[in-house]
Amino acid sequence: MTWTEYLVPLGQGAWVTIQLTFWSTIFGALLSFAAGIGKLSRNPLIKALSIGYIEIFRGTSLLVQLFWLYFALPLLGQAIGIDLRLPPVAAGVLALSLNIGAYGAEVVRGAIQSVSHDQYEAATALNFSDRQALWRVALPQAIPEMMPSFGNLAVQNLKDTALVSLISLQDLAFKAEQIRNFTQDSTTIFTIVLAMYFGMALVLTAMMKVLERSVGRWRTARS
Amino acid sequence: MFFGYEWITDQGPLVFAWSILPILLTGMWITIKATVLGFIIALILGLVWAVLKAAPTPFISWPANVFTEFIRDTPLLVQLFFLYYVLPEYGLVLPAFLTGALALGLQYSAYTAEVYRAGIEAVARGQREAARALNISSSRTFTHIILPQSVPRIIPALGNYLVSIMKDVPVLSVVTVLEMLNVAKIIGDRTFQYLIPLSMVGAIYLIMTLIASAGVRLLDKNLPKRGIALK
Repeated sequence: MTWTEYLVPLGQGAWVTIQLTFWSTIFGALLSFAAGIGKLSRNPLIKALSIGYIEIFRGTSLLVQLFWLYFALPLLGQAIGIDLRLPPVAAGVLALSLNIGAYGAEVVRGAIQSVSHDQYEAATALNFSDRQALWRVALPQAIPEMMPSFGNLAVQNLKDTALVSLISLQDLAFKAEQIRNFTQDSTTIFTIVLAMYFGMALVLTAMMKVLERSVGRWRTARS
Repeated sequence: MFFGYEWITDQGPLVFAWSILPILLTGMWITIKATVLGFIIALILGLVWAVLKAAPTPFISWPANVFTEFIRDTPLLVQLFFLYYVLPEYGLVLPAFLTGALALGLQYSAYTAEVYRAGIEAVARGQREAARALNISSSRTFTHIILPQSVPRIIPALGNYLVSIMKDVPVLSVVTVLEMLNVAKIIGDRTFQYLIPLSMVGAIYLIMTLIASAGVRLLDKNLPKRGIALK
């Protein structure tokens, strides 16, 4: 095999990596907002759940979470009589989203807290409900502040997808290892693969910059 | 049997958990060793990148910037595979543990380089100008004025990366390093009981990161904010 022939299987792997990154970033973002807002909630149950989730998923290793969901969860299900076997794709997307969501939650919380206190007072004075104050006053100003960190987390997430190859998901890293086993041509394969990841990261960074600019118009004139 | 400890599978989950604890703790010790070695490599390499990135000529600073960006944007797992399979082709055969620590150190050196740079740049420009006005040489300005003031900013940020390195050590299991997760996985493979060992690894990780984060916070609180005097 010459190096051009590697490109077809590696391209297939890259496509899996792109899909994994896409879905886990979307779900991770949703979880970030849920847990980040939940941590600021006045309801003690929601607050405790959010803090517990954030601490557990930030405090343990992603690979431990991935193995737990893939190898241990089915056995837990067996013990309590529910079928909790996950296909590798589901376990992979779930672990990646839960992990990045916990990091994102802290970003969301920080950004919401950084919105000036005057804004909340003004919202109260104008008789906004808590929900309106959050959605119409705090979040539109907080989201532009979150974007640079979200950009970093998205790239982090792209890099983390490589770990799902260890639960036999056929992403770019998996394909690389597969072809290497077959051809022993390590230098060429891993150089191409590193370059592909780098290229994907650059595109992702550029896309997050575009998103950052488009939500930048929500910034208040003064801040 | 593993690391000389026998596991007991026929007397309920608690006895099993207790019997594999010493095995997991042996794995934890390897995790800690890999973390520390990786961190030391990251500290040293990061300093090299930081110096190169600050070079006055773009012929040095530009490649250094591209290289660190490349390291930062590519997965640790693939970098580890690269080092593990490619280095021996050029005659450099390292044990799996050292290759793993090197990969960790390399990946995080890109981050520590940025910490050093940000810490040094955060020292106000006025300080440099004052030093210049007082006719202090530039090398003395760096070692006696800039460095003591940037150290308290740099150390907590480095501490956070130490915690991150610890959480990335399980990746080393793919090159046969017997760190904690790999040990738990092997126990699972042999006893068909994944739930207890993997949950224990999760719990031990949680304890380790809570302790390490508390340590970093304590350090942050006790560092003199305005700089460490040299005398």
